[in-house]
Amino acid sequence: MIYSEKVMDHFAHPRNVGEIEDADGVGEVGNAKCGDIMKMYIKVNDGVITDVKFKTFGCGAAVATSSIATEMIKGKKLEDALKLTNKAVVEALDGLPPAKLHCSVLAEEAMKAAVSDYYKRQGIDPTPFVGKQSAPDCENCNG
Amino acid sequence: MEKRFVYADNSATTRVSQKALDAALPYFTELYGNPSSIYSLGMECAKAVLKAREQVANALGAKVNEIYFTAGGSESDNWAIRGCAQLGEKKGKKHIITTAFEHHAVLHTCQYLEKLGFEVTYLPVGDKGLVTAQQVEDAIRDDTCLVTIMTANNEIGTIQPIAEIGEVCHKHGVWFHTDAVQAVGNIDINVKDMNIDMLSLSGHKLHAPKGVGALYVKTGINLPNLIYGGAQERNKRAGTENVPSIVALGVAITDAVKDIPAKNERVRKMRDRLIEGLLKIPESRLNGDTEHRLAGNVNISVRGVEGESLLLSLDLQGVAASSGSACTSGSLDPSHVLLSLGLPHEVAHGSLRLSINDENTEEDVDYILEVLPPIVKHLRSMSPLWERICRTENIHDYTLD
Repeated sequence: MIYSEKVMDHFAHPRNVGEIEDADGVGEVGNAKCGDIMKMYIKVNDGVITDVKFKTFGCGAAVATSSIATEMIKGKKLEDALKLTNKAVVEALDGLPPAKLHCSVLAEEAMKAAVSDYYKRQGIDPTPFVGKQSAPDCENCNG
Repeated sequence: MEKRFVYADNSATTRVSQKALDAALPYFTELYGNPSSIYSLGMECAKAVLKAREQVANALGAKVNEIYFTAGGSESDNWAIRGCAQLGEKKGKKHIITTAFEHHAVLHTCQYLEKLGFEVTYLPVGDKGLVTAQQVEDAIRDDTCLVTIMTANNEIGTIQPIAEIGEVCHKHGVWFHTDAVQAVGNIDINVKDMNIDMLSLSGHKLHAPKGVGALYVKTGINLPNLIYGGAQERNKRAGTENVPSIVALGVAITDAVKDIPAKNERVRKMRDRLIEGLLKIPESRLNGDTEHRLAGNVNISVRGVEGESLLLSLDLQGVAASSGSACTSGSLDPSHVLLSLGLPHEVAHGSLRLSINDENTEEDVDYILEVLPPIVKHLRSMSPLWERICRTENIHDYTLD
């Protein structure tokens, strides 16, 4: 199996690792059984994601996709951040091995889960913005 | 300590020995004849193949006409199992006994035979990764045609009581095959003393090249042909012989089976120091039996981290190892070997196998013990699973110190 240099760079030097103690939204997806858990924290100001951090339990691709996803949404308006797709994450990493594509789905979903949590905390129904929250986590593994 | 390269994945493959390489090289450009040809250039090659066959036979305590060269361990396993199934079927015997933690070359072959109407008993291996002769005896039925049990497990290195299992099989008139790919060169093997009817071995696990192996088949078992189209390997496996690799296998196996106890003593000492040091990592465990274990095998699980991340981090420090995590198996499930021990998925995902041999040094051990704990600490510090483990089990999270 071959990882791109981009993937290895983000694995070896992950960006935005950690927690935000007073986060405005927190999302966690994946499960230990499948071997991937991603947790994303966002800070939101005037509808803009001003800070984002992540913690990931998972393989090299899982760490790299989390890392690059945080870079791609930091400083973005919520509605623009929500446009992030797993395809864009894969492209930004110069590709992923086929068996690892589900990791990129997790990154997209971790971000969406964090944004949903933010809307809920504001008393806003996230469904119109984020769509329906995904079905059981294990289904991601079929990606 | 300065960064260095440490190869600790000898169960995956080994370096070809200089001696084996030197022996093989002339057969590429000087002695390049076809062993089936009648002129001297061909005859030289036929002699070289015969010599290698004798060397392999001697290494196993077998007769020369009981050794068949193949392309490796998986082919040998496939041939032995499918061949015996075919022979069994003719006598109405369609039951096979194996274990839950065999190599996929055995397991997938058995699963294929199940689709063809065979019944397969997969013996459980307990939490230590061992089966007993009693378990085998209890599972033998009137229609059992074959028992196939590995000599040593490829992931956790546990060594099975092969001689006793063979004895039970013979008592009941059942053939006994063993996948000894991880064992040959690491433990003393004598097919006659150990009641083995068929044995698979692979060259690249014992310092010969990849793409060559052998199957020992006891005289009297007329295994069906594997490949049609030529008289090679006594008509059973057609195709011009892989002369250079076969020559290398003969040389490598002769060296590999020499002085095994002395070699193991040194390797075991390093291995035990490695295990002792690694188990100082909080919430880590050794997988598999401690005593009945290959001298160079270490298999630990580290909670809260994922195996592939461990491997990539180790690689960045120059250490080559392997893991039973799903991400490294190419499937979605972690290693079937670790699951067969009863380990939960999340513990199996965090497994690490280090397989050392007599080419490793005490400095290698020191280096691994120096680089691994900080890697674990780093990965745990960014692991939501570790955070959860600490919270729910009231474990002090040392990564925050």
